[in-house]
Amino acid sequence: MLEVNNLNVSVNGRKLLDDLDLTVRDGEVAALMGPNGSGKSTLSHVIAGRKDYTVETGDILLNGESLLNLEPDVRAAKGLFLAFQYPIEIPGVATLTFLKAALNAQRKRRGQEELSTPDFMKRVKTSAGKLKISQDMLRRALNVGFSGGEKKRMDILQMALLEPSFAILDETDSGLDIDALRIVAEGVNALRAPGRGFLVITHYQRLLDYVVPDTVHVMAQGRIVRSGGKELAVELEKNGYSDYNAEPAVA
Amino acid sequence: MSAEIIHARTPAELSLANAFDGSKARLPGNAAVAKWREDSFKIFSASGLPHRRVEAWHYTDLRALMRDALPVATPPDAMAIDALRKNFAAADAPGQRLVLADGFFVPELSGGLPAGIKVRSLASVLSEGRSDLIALLSSQDLAAGDSMVALNAALMQDGVVIEVAPGTVVEKPLNLIHATASQISSAHFSRSALIVGAGASIRLAEWGHAANRAGTVQASQANACLIVSLGDGARLAHTAMVTGTAANSVRLETMMARIGAGAKFDSFALVSGIGLVRRQIFLRFEGDGSQASLSGVSLLGGREHADTTLQVEHAAQGCMGRETFKYILDEEATGVFQGKIHVAPGAQKTDGKMLCKAVLLSDMAAMNNKPELEIFADDVACGHGATCGGLDIDQLFYLQTRGLPLPEAEALLLEAFASELIGGIGHAGLIHDFSGKVKAWLSSRHSWRIPDRSQA
Repeated sequence: MLEVNNLNVSVNGRKLLDDLDLTVRDGEVAALMGPNGSGKSTLSHVIAGRKDYTVETGDILLNGESLLNLEPDVRAAKGLFLAFQYPIEIPGVATLTFLKAALNAQRKRRGQEELSTPDFMKRVKTSAGKLKISQDMLRRALNVGFSGGEKKRMDILQMALLEPSFAILDETDSGLDIDALRIVAEGVNALRAPGRGFLVITHYQRLLDYVVPDTVHVMAQGRIVRSGGKELAVELEKNGYSDYNAEPAVA
Repeated sequence: MSAEIIHARTPAELSLANAFDGSKARLPGNAAVAKWREDSFKIFSASGLPHRRVEAWHYTDLRALMRDALPVATPPDAMAIDALRKNFAAADAPGQRLVLADGFFVPELSGGLPAGIKVRSLASVLSEGRSDLIALLSSQDLAAGDSMVALNAALMQDGVVIEVAPGTVVEKPLNLIHATASQISSAHFSRSALIVGAGASIRLAEWGHAANRAGTVQASQANACLIVSLGDGARLAHTAMVTGTAANSVRLETMMARIGAGAKFDSFALVSGIGLVRRQIFLRFEGDGSQASLSGVSLLGGREHADTTLQVEHAAQGCMGRETFKYILDEEATGVFQGKIHVAPGAQKTDGKMLCKAVLLSDMAAMNNKPELEIFADDVACGHGATCGGLDIDQLFYLQTRGLPLPEAEALLLEAFASELIGGIGHAGLIHDFSGKVKAWLSSRHSWRIPDRSQA
């Protein structure tokens, strides 16, 4: 379960998140929607542990434990996963090398044994096949020269391998064509489980046709301004965000 | 009104002058060589140790950095050679090898040479006075005006002259080991030559080996020249592991290479764990349609100082030059890269590209980057680039969110940064050795161990 309590966040004195409260229970898929600049990506980065932000007050709890003073890698080992809006290219690091290093780093931190290479390869092959990720892609440098869709599928592959207890998908649908969207959505749906929560950040209802949310939250000017069921996404698609007093500039 | 400025001799310069006066009667070579030594010392003496007002040495102010000159080394004695023999056996040193101990060629430790390769000590070549070899050894026009190359000519004690017969093809690397054997701190002056005949193909791997019989590493001042001549259609793949010297050491390495027509020359060097090192490469394309690739990685910490200075002269048509150097600088280390591509009039269809990339891991580290192009032909494609910065925080954050602790994320990125050039060596055994050195350096930065990823 993810709990964000009374969170206030600023950058250089400019407030980005304003008394934000949000709870996503185990097994729940919560959609977070809102106009550009409302603070959705900021929230995802603050939860994942990005250091450029100042957390003034409030707390973020994952399964009852505060994340705020933990390094990003410790948060990951505790079960948090962030699928990036723009997955980062890492030249010179083979995708397989990276996947193995990440998986084993988390296992080590949890006091588990490192995976043997055959075990690791078996897991990768199973998950990669479902996401239509080729062996060639796995041999290439991580995300380098990948298309937008390939990068997003690679992030979902990482999520499948790392088996987080809570996953944030930050505009995973942006830059995807219909087929890629379906593959990614199927990958997400396959990971839906009673013990795993999701926060799905998106601008559009389209992704939510495939990954059907339990709840929808609307964010504007750094706070949650409305919450409802999946029908709220349909309403937003029809009426837009003009009711929510959109203000540009905040990334 | 202008006055000639005569600088006061530094203690180091006075010691060097005394060393030359005291040893010139005993230094190897016939009368012509003795004359050449005298002339060379005059060149050195006129300008002294290079300093910051000498443009080519601006970032490596040797006069300030080298306060004293160490005594000139004596040839290794039987005990020192025996200790090195045991040391090589224990370290599983490669068989096909040539050994220079404190700059002196040691035939007893060398051997395993394939057919087609002829090797002699510099001292014997200088005494024999074979005119073509003397001419090659003494042609310093590529490094004209460099006082340290002149000093090397004046004081050169020994070295190795390797002649590869035309058409000889050797797959296994020929290893040239520079061993520090002396139990006292000393200065070494060596000059070696590698003459690769037309159509021959060879791989030369240079290694540093610092261990004397007491098992300690003494500070040293080494001034080594390697003269390379590639015949038409010849191929040379060269690597240098410039590591292992003690702190407070000064190591100057100068390569002067002449490339014939249709030849191919690749050179890679790893510089790490040294006091002060300056590598100078002077390369001239003398025949049409040749290729040369010069590359290197410097991994520096503490107060280490590493300088790579290149001058690539395109004096023939249609030659391709690639110069790519990378630096990782930690703590208070200083990196210097100076690269000049010179395209002579008439050297049309020249294709030259130079790139230097530096990653600074500390606010106290410094990188000096000076790329230059001098182009006197109108149909050429030449470019250069230089970058300098820290690790990418977006990349680090991404890796951390996947569970990699910060030091491991840094090491992964740095290893990728350095490995790109190592992959280009093109020899599995050497790639393994150089990659291992990079890994060892990265893991020594922090107390944690980098997991072995070679299986992945």
